[in-house]
Amino acid sequence: MKRYAKYMLMVLLMGTLFLTNLFASTAYALSDAYKNNIYNTGILRPTDSVLKVKVGKPAPDFTLKSVSGEAVSLKQFRGKKNVVISFVPAAWTPVCSDQWPGYNIVKDMFDQYDAVLLGITVDNIPTLFSWTKQMGDLWFPVLSDFWPHGGVAKKYGVLRSDGTSERALFVIDKKGIIRYIDVHDINKRPQLEDLIKELEKLK
Amino acid sequence: MKKMRVLACIVVIIVCMFAYSLSLAGSPPAVGGVLPDIKLSMPKDLADKNYLGLGIFGFGSFTIPEIKANVVIIEIFSMYCPYCQREAPNVNQLYEKIEQNAALRGKIKIIGIGVGNTSYEVGTFKKKYTVPFPLFADADYVIHKMVGEVRTPYFIGVKLNPDGSHQVIYSKLGEMEGVDQFLATMMRLSGLP
Repeated sequence: MKRYAKYMLMVLLMGTLFLTNLFASTAYALSDAYKNNIYNTGILRPTDSVLKVKVGKPAPDFTLKSVSGEAVSLKQFRGKKNVVISFVPAAWTPVCSDQWPGYNIVKDMFDQYDAVLLGITVDNIPTLFSWTKQMGDLWFPVLSDFWPHGGVAKKYGVLRSDGTSERALFVIDKKGIIRYIDVHDINKRPQLEDLIKELEKLK
Repeated sequence: MKKMRVLACIVVIIVCMFAYSLSLAGSPPAVGGVLPDIKLSMPKDLADKNYLGLGIFGFGSFTIPEIKANVVIIEIFSMYCPYCQREAPNVNQLYEKIEQNAALRGKIKIIGIGVGNTSYEVGTFKKKYTVPFPLFADADYVIHKMVGEVRTPYFIGVKLNPDGSHQVIYSKLGEMEGVDQFLATMMRLSGLP
């Protein structure tokens, strides 16, 4: 009887895991803005990299080209603005497509905390151009970390083994010091309030 | 024999759990049908409570057919959806047109459900677009699953009958086809004069 109970428990756990995975894959709401052009990645390993930076330490500098053509360096904000870096894994994927459009309507919140937002993916500029066009006019620069592939993501320790990046947020203060890191479960969107709370702490 | 029994149990459990999960994941509400059993948290805001006719002492949760109206328009939206952002001023305009028309005021009510949005995110959307009607958060996609995981925005029109029953009269993905036309469609489908 004891053995029987053990089997039952095992099956119950396996069944729960199986179904959780099966249905967790659809835990996102997609905007009609993208029509049927979003590739469903299915459920992915939540994180797949080892951070190379730490809270309290200087943020590694970088220069990347933006979709609008200009080069953007982290150091250009030193002494002037707090910086939020939002890495998203890849263009044309479900959760990523519905993350930056949310930030796009809260510029006033970023302004309130004297912060700029830099969006980064490992996609090339033409892909980012087409994809971000669906989001409306973005107020923040979108930077391409395509070549050398994922160079900045690698420097920060958020480059995944498949060449995409983590879904990660970094808050960097005006002195260039990292104040917050959220390497989020790639399958889920970080909640806005968590980021805003961190920005509040910079005041 | 014992092994067979264990195997049979395994199969039964998996089938039951699968069926249960499927019962949670619905399909988009069909016109002519009824809404899934959507439970919404009672609004804290008194004006929202009054608008929905839920009584100022109401607490806990309520279902959409409990709203005091002839027709309820439900917008499934997300703060993160560009089309929902673009559509927000139009839905506000729809609300104003209804409220300014003595024949429609109190008869057609609008609510929004922010799928995958926390209360904070729904509040951010409400503030950004000065949304005058009640918005509800569906942070864990529970309602989103019930309505077939539709893309956003998605509009559902529901006719509430005096006998307490209700019918879905409109169920469509995408932005409204124009505020006046949308309102006329709602009136025609619900039989409102």
